[in-house]
Order: sequence, then C-alpha cells, then structure tokens
Amino acid sequence: MSELQQLKAKDFKSDQEVRWCPGCGDYSILSGVQATMADMGVPQENFVIVSGIGCSSRFPYYMETYGMHSIHGRANAIATGVKVANPDLSVWVITGDGDGLSIGGNHMIHSLRRNVDMKIILFNNEIYGLTKGQYSPTTPMGQRTKTSPYGSLDAPFNPIQLALGAGATFVARTMDVNPKHMKTVLRAAAEHKGAAFVEVWQNCVIFNDGAFKSWTEKAVRDEETVNLVAGEKMIFGKDQDKGLKTDGCKIEICSAEDASVWDPTHESPGPAFVMSQLDNDPNMPRPMGVLRSVSRPTLDQQVWDQVGAVTGTKGEGSLKDLLYTKDVWEVK
Amino acid sequence: MTIRFAGDSGDGMQLTGMQFTATTATVGNDLATFPDFPAEIRAPAGTRAGVSGYQIHFSSRDIYTPGDDPSVLVAMNPAALITNYKDLKPGGILLVNTGAFTESDLKKAGLDSNPLTDGTLSGYRVVKEDINQRTMEALADTELSKKDKLRCKNFYTLGMVYWLYSRPLEPTMEWLKEKFAKKPELAEANTKALKAGYNHGELLRLFQGHYEVPKVENAPKGTYRNIMGNEALAIGLVAGARLAGLKAFLGSYPITPATDILQHMSLLKNYDVITCQMEDEIAGICTAIGASFAGRLGMTTTSGPGLALKTEAAGLAVITELPLVIVDVQRGGPSTGLPTKVEQSDLLQAMFGRNGEAPIPVIACATPSDAFDCAVEACRIATQYMTPVLLLSDNYIANGAEPWKLPVIDELKPFPVEFATDPEGFSPYSRDEKLARNWAKPGTPGLMHRIGGLEKDAVTGNVSYDPENHMKMTEIREAKIMGIRDSIPTPQPHGAESGDLLVVAWGSTMGATRAAVERLHKEGVTVAHLHLRHIWPLPQGLDEIFSRYKKIVVPEMNMGQLARLLQSEYPDYRFKKFSKVMGKPFRARELKAHFAEILEEK
Repeated sequence: MSELQQLKAKDFKSDQEVRWCPGCGDYSILSGVQATMADMGVPQENFVIVSGIGCSSRFPYYMETYGMHSIHGRANAIATGVKVANPDLSVWVITGDGDGLSIGGNHMIHSLRRNVDMKIILFNNEIYGLTKGQYSPTTPMGQRTKTSPYGSLDAPFNPIQLALGAGATFVARTMDVNPKHMKTVLRAAAEHKGAAFVEVWQNCVIFNDGAFKSWTEKAVRDEETVNLVAGEKMIFGKDQDKGLKTDGCKIEICSAEDASVWDPTHESPGPAFVMSQLDNDPNMPRPMGVLRSVSRPTLDQQVWDQVGAVTGTKGEGSLKDLLYTKDVWEVK
Repeated sequence: MTIRFAGDSGDGMQLTGMQFTATTATVGNDLATFPDFPAEIRAPAGTRAGVSGYQIHFSSRDIYTPGDDPSVLVAMNPAALITNYKDLKPGGILLVNTGAFTESDLKKAGLDSNPLTDGTLSGYRVVKEDINQRTMEALADTELSKKDKLRCKNFYTLGMVYWLYSRPLEPTMEWLKEKFAKKPELAEANTKALKAGYNHGELLRLFQGHYEVPKVENAPKGTYRNIMGNEALAIGLVAGARLAGLKAFLGSYPITPATDILQHMSLLKNYDVITCQMEDEIAGICTAIGASFAGRLGMTTTSGPGLALKTEAAGLAVITELPLVIVDVQRGGPSTGLPTKVEQSDLLQAMFGRNGEAPIPVIACATPSDAFDCAVEACRIATQYMTPVLLLSDNYIANGAEPWKLPVIDELKPFPVEFATDPEGFSPYSRDEKLARNWAKPGTPGLMHRIGGLEKDAVTGNVSYDPENHMKMTEIREAKIMGIRDSIPTPQPHGAESGDLLVVAWGSTMGATRAAVERLHKEGVTVAHLHLRHIWPLPQGLDEIFSRYKKIVVPEMNMGQLARLLQSEYPDYRFKKFSKVMGKPFRARELKAHFAEILEEK
C-alpha cells in the first residue's frame, strides 16, 4: 500500500476518451464517483470497479483504478469474488436497469441478501440504450419503445423495493441532474459497511429523453421530490413549507412543522417500503436520499472470520496434512 | 474377485459397499469400485427404478476396472435381484434376502411369479436367507423401534460377506463408533448386526466356499490411502493452488455428480481455501473469475448442464486471460439426461462450446487417483499460461474408489506465480516467452488497469476495434494454447511397439481398455493402448505413434467425439469409432471382443 495522500477527483480520470452521447446523464455520475473516491481516504490502487454490459458499463474504462468490464448481468457475481478474495479492496459495481435488474436480477438480489461489502450504483434510465431503445424492467407500462410499438405490457420493477425485499442493508436514490445531492448519497454509500444499493435516475438523452423530468427539472424538483435525511423532518416544497407525516403504514402531507422525523435505521424495512410506495401516487412527492441504512455482518468479513476460526481450531494445514490423512497404510 | 451389492435405494447399499471397500483396502488388496444408483433420492420403494448398486473388484494383482461380471451378488429385494442377476457369472453366488419377497414385494418389482422358485435362477448358487428376520432376532434385546432395527439389515448383510471373504470387522466397528458418536445406541445396534451376520456365516457355513484374497504381492512400496475421484479432485485443486504459491477459491453450485468436490473443499478452510456456494452456475464461475482477478486461483466445479451455463463466462476468462480451473464431472446427457450415470459426451462441448475463437486447454483424468495429478496439472497450465483450463472427469471416476500411492511431498514440483509489481513500462498485455500475459493484482500501486470482454489492443491493453489488432490477438491466444505442447510429455503406447492395432482412449475408459489390450497382447496379438490425458492441445509425437499401427480404434462413452477430433487433426489416418452410450462403463470383455473383430476385418 502506498503512503496515503490526499487524492483529487482528477486523479481518477483515466487516459481514455469518454464516449457517451453528448448530454448523457452518465457524465455527471462519473464526476460524482471520482469526487467521492478521492475523499474516501482509500489508496487509489485499492479501488476495483466491475461492470456488466450496457452504456453505463463502459464506466471502468474511464476510471484510473483497477477495473473489469465483464459480461451482461454478471458484475455483482464477479465483484463478490473480488471482494471475498481480498476484503481490503473497495469494490464498486456499475450497472443499469437492464444489466442489473433484468439479465442480472438474480445476482443482484443474492449479493444484497449476502450483504457483500460493495457499492452498487444502478443507472436507471428506464430503457435499453446500447441496443438502441427497447423497453427495460423499469420502463413504465404502456410506454412505446422499439419492441413495444403498441405500448409495453410489462409491469415494471421499483428498484428500491426490489433491493429492500432482497434484504439490502443500504438503499438510496439520487439523480444525475443534482450533483450536490448525488455526492451526499454516494458518500453515505461509500461509508456504509455492507452492500450499498444506489439507484441513480439517469437521463438517456437519445432513447428516453425526459423520463424523469416531471420530478427532476429544477422548476418542479422541490415540489415533486422529498429528500430524506436521517434524523431530520421530512420537508419538501419550493418554500420548504410542506412535510410528510407517517404512522409507519400511511403517509400524509402536512405542514413542515408537523412533519415526522425520518429514520433509515429502523429495524424493519417496512417504513422504507411504505415510503417507496409514494412513487405510485401522482399526488405525492417521490422519495430521494437514503431510505435504508442498517448494520449486518458482511459476507466477506464472515468468510475470513470462518477461515480464521477453522484454522485456529484445526491448525494451519500443510500439503502433507492434506494428503497423508489418518487412514493411510504402508506397503513395505 | 468381483462382488455386487444391490438393494432398494433406502437399503444403504452404497454405504455397505463403501465399508467393504475401505476394509478391503486396509487388508492390502488392489481394488476398483463402481457405484450405480438412481437419480431419485427415494424412488418408490421396492420398484426397479429404485434399485441402487455398488460393485467392487479386488485382487492381489493390479486392477484397472471394477470388474466385468460379479461372482457374488447380494440382492436385498426382488427388484434388485431381477435387474442384476443376469450380470452374475454362471455358477456365481447369489445371496438373497427372502424377507423381502412377499407377494406385494414381487408386485412392486413388476413380477408375476417368484424368481426364487420359478427356475429363473437355475445355474447360480442361491443362498436364501431371511435377513430381515435374522436382523430383528439379533437386535431383540435392543431398545430401538422396529423400523430402526430393520434399518440395520445392511450391516447384518455386510457381516455375512465379511465372513465369506475373511475380512476383519474392526475397521467398520471403528467407523460406526465415530459415525454415531452422538447416537451410541445406533452404533451399538449396527455393530451387533454386523457381528451377528458374521457369526451366522461362520455357524452355518452358508456358502460352499470361503475366500481369502491375499495382499497384492508386487505393489510398489510406499504410503497408500483409499481415494474416490471427487475427493482426489478436491485435494488436487488445493494442492495445485499451493504449488502455484496461491490460495484456492472455489465458486460453485451443487450439481450431480460434481457436488462432492464443493462439499469436500468446504471442509478445507484451514488450507487457505475459500468456497462460495453461489446462486447459480454462472455466479459460480463469475466469482471464480473475480477471485482470480484479485490474485487467488479461481476454480469452479460442475457437470455438463452447468458447463453449458458457464460458457459465456468461460469466454470472458479466455479474453481477459485470467487463470481459472473449470471441472466438468460428466454424466449422461443431453439436457438433464442421466444425472447419476456415466458418459464422456462433453468432450466437444469442452473443446468448442464458446462463442468466438476461444481456445481452452482440455485435460481428462482416467482414474480416481489420477484425478489428483490432473487437478495439479490443470492448476499448472492455468497459472503458467494465464488461461482457463477445462478438466474433465466423469461419474465413474467421481464415485469410484481405488488405493492411491501417495506422492512424496518433496517430489511435487512447485510452479510459483510471479505477480507484476514494477510500474516501469507496465502493460497488462505484455507477455512472457510462453505468451502468458502479466498478472497484476488490485492493491498493487501504480499498476491500475482495466480488463474486460471487449477486444484489447495487443500493446496498451485499451479497447481496440482495429481489424489487424483483432487478427493478431486471436492468433496470440491460439498460439499461447498450442504452445502448451512444449510442456507436456508424449504419451507412450502400452503393449506392442508397433503392429496390427492401436487403441486410443481417454478419461475413464482407460482401465477397461488397458485390461482388454493386455489380455489380447498376452494372446500374441500386436496390439497397444495409448492413453491421452491432454486432449487439447494434443501432445507432440502422436503422428509418429499412429504410423506404427495398421488400424486405430477409439472406444468412447459417446458417439465418437475424440475420434472426430483426431480425424480432423490427423487426416492421414483412419480412426474407427467404438461407441457405448448406455450410462455404464465399458467392460474389458466387450472391448476385447470388439478389438478381435476389428483385427479380423479385411
């Protein structure tokens, strides 16, 4: 490990030309991750970024870290291998709504339930971009795409709910057009010990332009989203005069004064799930920020603890011990 | 001497067979075994589908196969009897549990009349014994339920067979004590049943003969242990990683008949082994690839259907040039096929089952103990050439057992890996003289780099769509794999130096082929057996060997996959196919008969 030095965001820029479409939401996520990594106090050579296939998955090439641009949907599984093999590494998964929730949905839920200590950044643009415009598992029903010319018939996943249901210990949401918010969320994810799932609303300027604009445009953002901050009241609105009040099952709009305090560390994922249901109510703001953050032993740590414990009891095995067990016999 | 135990899959025949094997090994006989059990854990009791068998061949001479026809058959019920008796040698001993021959037992086995009385078994020495009743009597004063008492009948049977072959009871009694440490009443009951069976044999002199098979006289000096194929693979993979100076990482998913490797390696945590049972086959290989990227030796174990699922990821390991060992314990296919039966039909899948030009070295083990050497060899090739390696075993090797002369530890040759550490002029795709690329692991300062599934520039390692570069990289990957030939020996034919017939075999057909060829050779035929461990790349010098024989035949448990490969590589020779796709291994006798036929053909 090299001497720890203060890294800068630009230290994480590789010499490769970034090749996303002009205006793509990916650019701001790239900057956000670079800035976050620089501040983590982790030696640069200890970062590993693993991605699958899709527009977002080109990400590792643009980062001056160790990286693997792997195969479609499998980034979580490969990253699990990296992290378990060497828990000293800071492992990041870059994926998208197709890569991470469709072809890679299985690995996604299992890496979350196992609580592998890695950061999973899911770029959700509600469309397949690299294959040029087919509906994804987050595309709203009825949307016309190249493979749903008469409207999509598939009910979409809510990524937050999927992660909560899989037992994720950290679940958050942010957006490409609010870099300040993104940095706060990425930092919280980086500091979390365990699998951290971050959904980033990311605009695909070519195939699904404006998918999130009813919530993310500056003019409406404060009215249409509510930023959840641990230990603070849930307040939103242009004048920050509205609040959300909840009894744990039901959420109502109230005055800022009467707003409930948000607690992402609740033992049950219930409150976060109830909060994520706001996505389905056109009269309510959509939740942003950290929805869930709880502590649970990580797979990688437990694997190494177990190796240590077994070695402690049985003693470190040599090649000789491996082959010459007690049931051998001699031919003289 | 060959003996087969057959009963219902709930009768404990595998356990009985394995105990007999363990005891036989300790008295110094050479042996080979062949378990044969149904895919269903509990097929309907008493039916033909539920019959489970275990065959062991032991002798005071070298043994290559689990034997052709058993000379003793133990049948615990009518279904076991009717599905097995035809294999028994004429005049062979048949020990039948008459306690399981009621009207309804016969009906379950689909029999209209009782084979014990209708003349079916004329020509065999039938010993009828109500083992159910005898076991109950032996355990009369034991505080167990009737059901539990009856479950001891396999140990009563084992006791009788131990008497027949003059085997000591102590190893099994020790094993029972350990196995049932927490349930001493079961250890006691089974021990009682075992002793009662032994005494019963002695008392009644049930069988006309009482056999003693002496120790193997000419066995090479050394330390031996009894080993099954899957266990040999597990310890071979761990040993191979150690010899490379690395720690093993196994990412896997349970699948018959490969699961034991994962289970066994999971026990070896104190040998720096990490095992992850993943959510599917794909995740199994992908974690292994991730672990190799991080600097461990990644491995994954599977069978044919699982290998099909791992295909795309195997291609990723090819293009990222990471070391990886993929074990395929073959079973009957296609699709789910015959999960508990043996076949060699994944050879061409192993060779070619990937998109694009994706050469992977393929090696195949021949016997349970050879599986250890092959696992070490797979680790050597993977790490020395920075490539995934496909190691083929099969169900016959996986569940078969034989005495293994243990290698002397100091004679195991290490092949240590050197990781890149120097940032000066570093490129992830710079290569050594073997064309193996640099291996720099995350955590190494100054060597940050990206690899992945897209084609890379031959020099910088950056993504490249350049046509000439793609041609060049494809050629490099090909040449690297073909270069492995320089590190593998030319196999030597066993038998006649030249002559009428060369039999080329691979994998577990080795034993039966060797036995058949030896018998023919002794009869004066100029015949030889050539065994191939390295299937790809094929060793150098084969051409010259092929030229010394008039005819070449390739017996395989598939439709001629190696023959097809050899035919395309050596078009000047004609490779005759001899196929058996029945879920069962070749018998030396049928091979010998077929070879004799070929020799007569004009």
